[in-house]
Amino acid sequence: MKATVYVTIKENVLDPQGAAVQGALHSLGFKEVGKVRIGKYMELTLDTNDRSEAEARVKAMCEKLLANTVVEDYRFELEG
Amino acid sequence: MRFAVIVFPGSNCDIDCCKAVEETIGQPVDYVWHTATDLSAYDAIIVPGGFSYGDYLRCGAIARFAPVMNEVRKAAEEGKYVLGICNGFQILTEAGLLPGVLLRNRDLKFRCHPALLEVVNNETPFTRDYAKGEIVNIPIAHGEGNYYCDEETLAKLEANGQVVFRYKAGENPNGSVSDIAGICNEGRNVVGMMPHPERAVSELLGSSDGKRMFTSVLSAWRERHGATVNG
Amino acid sequence: MAQQLTAKEPTAEQIAEYKIYREFGVSDYEYDLICKFLGRKPNYTEIGVFSVMWSEHCAYKNSKPVLKKFPVSGPRVLMGPGEGAGIVDIGDNQAVVFKIESHNHPSAVEPYQGAATGVGGIIRDIFSMGARPVALLNSLRFGKLDNPRVKYLFENVVAGIAGYGNCIGIPTVAGEVMFDESYEGNPLVNAMCVGLIDHDQIQRGVAKGVGNPVFYVGPATGRDGIHGATFASVELTEESEEKRTAVQVGDPFMEKLVMEACLELIQSGIVLGIQDMGAAGLTCSSAEMAAKAGNGLELYLDEVPQREEGMTPYEMMLSESQERMLFVIEPQHEAKAREIFERWGVICAKVGKVTDDGRLRLFHKGEVVADMPVKALVDDCPVYHQRSEEPEYYRAFANVDTTAFEEIADLTGALKKVLASPSVASKEWVYNQYDYMVRTSTVVRPGSDAAVVQVPGTRKALAMTTDGNGRYVYLDPEVGGKIAVAEAARNVVCSGAEPLAITDNLNFGSPEKPDVFWQIEKATDGMAEACRVLGTPVIGGNVSLYNENEKGAIYPTPVVGMVGLVHDLDHITTQEFKAEGDVIVLVGETRAELGGSELQYAVLGKTEGRPPQIDLEVEARVQGAVLEAIRQGLVASAHDLSEGGLAVALAESCFGRGLGAVVNVETSLRADVALFSESQSRILLSAKPEKADALVALLAEKGVAHAVLGKVEGSDLVVRVNGRDGIAAPVAELQKVWKEAIPCLLKN
Repeated sequence: MKATVYVTIKENVLDPQGAAVQGALHSLGFKEVGKVRIGKYMELTLDTNDRSEAEARVKAMCEKLLANTVVEDYRFELEG
Repeated sequence: MRFAVIVFPGSNCDIDCCKAVEETIGQPVDYVWHTATDLSAYDAIIVPGGFSYGDYLRCGAIARFAPVMNEVRKAAEEGKYVLGICNGFQILTEAGLLPGVLLRNRDLKFRCHPALLEVVNNETPFTRDYAKGEIVNIPIAHGEGNYYCDEETLAKLEANGQVVFRYKAGENPNGSVSDIAGICNEGRNVVGMMPHPERAVSELLGSSDGKRMFTSVLSAWRERHGATVNG
Repeated sequence: MAQQLTAKEPTAEQIAEYKIYREFGVSDYEYDLICKFLGRKPNYTEIGVFSVMWSEHCAYKNSKPVLKKFPVSGPRVLMGPGEGAGIVDIGDNQAVVFKIESHNHPSAVEPYQGAATGVGGIIRDIFSMGARPVALLNSLRFGKLDNPRVKYLFENVVAGIAGYGNCIGIPTVAGEVMFDESYEGNPLVNAMCVGLIDHDQIQRGVAKGVGNPVFYVGPATGRDGIHGATFASVELTEESEEKRTAVQVGDPFMEKLVMEACLELIQSGIVLGIQDMGAAGLTCSSAEMAAKAGNGLELYLDEVPQREEGMTPYEMMLSESQERMLFVIEPQHEAKAREIFERWGVICAKVGKVTDDGRLRLFHKGEVVADMPVKALVDDCPVYHQRSEEPEYYRAFANVDTTAFEEIADLTGALKKVLASPSVASKEWVYNQYDYMVRTSTVVRPGSDAAVVQVPGTRKALAMTTDGNGRYVYLDPEVGGKIAVAEAARNVVCSGAEPLAITDNLNFGSPEKPDVFWQIEKATDGMAEACRVLGTPVIGGNVSLYNENEKGAIYPTPVVGMVGLVHDLDHITTQEFKAEGDVIVLVGETRAELGGSELQYAVLGKTEGRPPQIDLEVEARVQGAVLEAIRQGLVASAHDLSEGGLAVALAESCFGRGLGAVVNVETSLRADVALFSESQSRILLSAKPEKADALVALLAEKGVAHAVLGKVEGSDLVVRVNGRDGIAAPVAELQKVWKEAIPCLLKN
């Protein structure tokens, strides 16, 4: 089974990288770009076929390690 | 001989580079803002260390698009001397003026300490005052100094003598391929290095081994322009 | 007066009826006072503003009575407490600007950002005075390193300090890290910044000139850190995990731009007043600037750059979004100011006006949404004189004999244990993550007694250090307070500098507990006395109270940041032995004093008794003698004795160059006590053989106790006591234990 995890900075929290990239895109002529937020994308291969178990486990992984829940949100997809 | 030290938003080592030029070889040096569109007055360009644009997205990724970088490219093509130090090295690789890329240090931590380097190529304008194989003490301070290029590129660099500095055997601080600490382009006039020579020009501060990078390029320039020209 | 009728915001009546103000940390008594000052009930925005201005962090309402005791003036003091940072003259029209501040509570919840924004905040305090920041230091406390949560906090606090300081290009040159169970739930993160300034560039945070425009510079305001100032004034409980959203995120790149732009603005000479937006953001900065000028201020909140949609006046006033500054200029200079900020890519917005009516008046969407008297906000917060009571443990410890244990036979083993104790062990793992070389002025790097930074263009240098032993203060607050100042001065003297002044960070538990308040009182008594005797006034500082949780309060931990002046580069001295054959001399007297010592903690597993005593007159004489010896060129190395006593000081002096030493200690004490006692006012010196006699003669002349112990020799550390074997081990072996302790603990 494969899990893809998306970790993004919480809505209200400052994303300095996003702001800097937005500025850079503007200066390169891509002025239609509004807010930019930068996150992380992870792919995990899981040795299991039990979908509900995988869901619970990946959630735990996100809570404990993959996302810093103080400043980040996460969501994930399972396939296979 | 006129030096330009490029300053991007977030550059930190610009002052140190200027100080180094003034104190080691006493040549005129200007700070040049990233929006400049004319570097024709300069003989040598230093792209200093620091955190241009906060190192956001990737180190040097945003700085490479600054207007002044077109001029740096032109200068490089004209055979003028270009030295990229630390963040400057990162910018030059992002800009394609040097091959390869600088990745995060293998142990994932920023590292600041003295470093022993082997001078592999003493035939570049910046290293002619060193002896081949000489070990010099030039400090590092970086979180993304892990030089990487694919095998084909590495083979070319080695074959062409484009590896300028290597970390002393067994003392590679960041995991760079083949212990590479600094390289040059095929024309040898563009050098990029992670260690900071501008921080090694004073015994009081720990080492003066970096001095000769500045004396070297001055003598290279003088030779090119005839010894009678005084910078 | 508009009423905030959003779904979220209660009315003035509701605030009164449901005592909503209590959630903001405002007591019933304070609420009634506020109503009196306003002449009516405060609305939501107003109670928010009062709650942060009257928090411990901004108003010092519990600590003012003790802070008054500090000596704050002296011949070199140009600016004492009350501004962004204090200023001390160093001659040649130059001055040093420095201050220390804490960010303890945020770091407990989000260690990277808590530490990073702590660094960012203190840097702003320095450049808001017009000074170029030239060095950073930090003082950290954590629980025991075998605890995973502690490891997490430690690693991320260090990463946060590094991430911010390195990016902004200011070298982090010194600091200290100590580990003890008492800090487990409440880490301490104190950040200090030092800057240089010419006398004529000194700025103040005053809103001068009625009618003058007020400008906001820096990134747009978001909902970061709302109620951060109140958060810092409250104990940490399970509930505070919910208050997590109060943590601010720092952007060091933005601060670099703001710093350069502000320094350029200041140098242009047009700034009348400038202040950083730190705790309580726009509220604190605007109120304080107005108060200091005796004026009032109007703010037009629609002009405040906003990062989020639909921000309310309450949110804008309380936001602690980072890297923002407020300044006042005359109207004709507006174009010049805007040009500077535009070039640096920093937002510059005109957000207000100086008035003469002493009110802080806020406008939003065409209406007045808050109107408060400035004086009430800044000066009229009640001051509390808390009850103070000597605790039982203190009385009990008076009778403890700290030498009442079986004599340690394996002294080498004991030394290794102490060297491996994380508080003593090498901090290289920490400081190698800090760029300590940027600005090419760092003459003495992390790892010696104090860092030394050259003053560019001169032969002068600044020595700087942070010190504070919480164990000593716990065992005897008054003595511990004296020692904190004395040790900082001693470290600076060992580097060849004249101690100038201190900044202090008082880290304590809840002042509402009588035993804690007793600790605060006594510690500050001790510190004040030491400052007087050693001639180092307090030029500013910070108070962090309520550092406790269900398990109890931290050890009372006042941290002293000391800056000294090295008159000439030739005086700069470091702690490592320099050459084979050099003579080793111990200055000072050793007594049987193990209370609070590292031996007691690491080997015996306790912390009890009374701490080492200190005679400030003796301390002053010892420091004076050593500084004179250094200036006369008689000293090759100098290292102050602190944790681990003589044994550790000898070992550390060997480590720098890997040189061994062979010494003999003549003493009437038990060998283990003599080698590990932490008696104060002692310094370990070494001198070239041809200078040794002159050194000893000078020490004798100055009337300070001293003993020639032996020589720098070989590659083993050999310490005999009264001629009998004591410690014997290869320096390399001892150094390995010392160097690998922290990396090993982190790997597990």
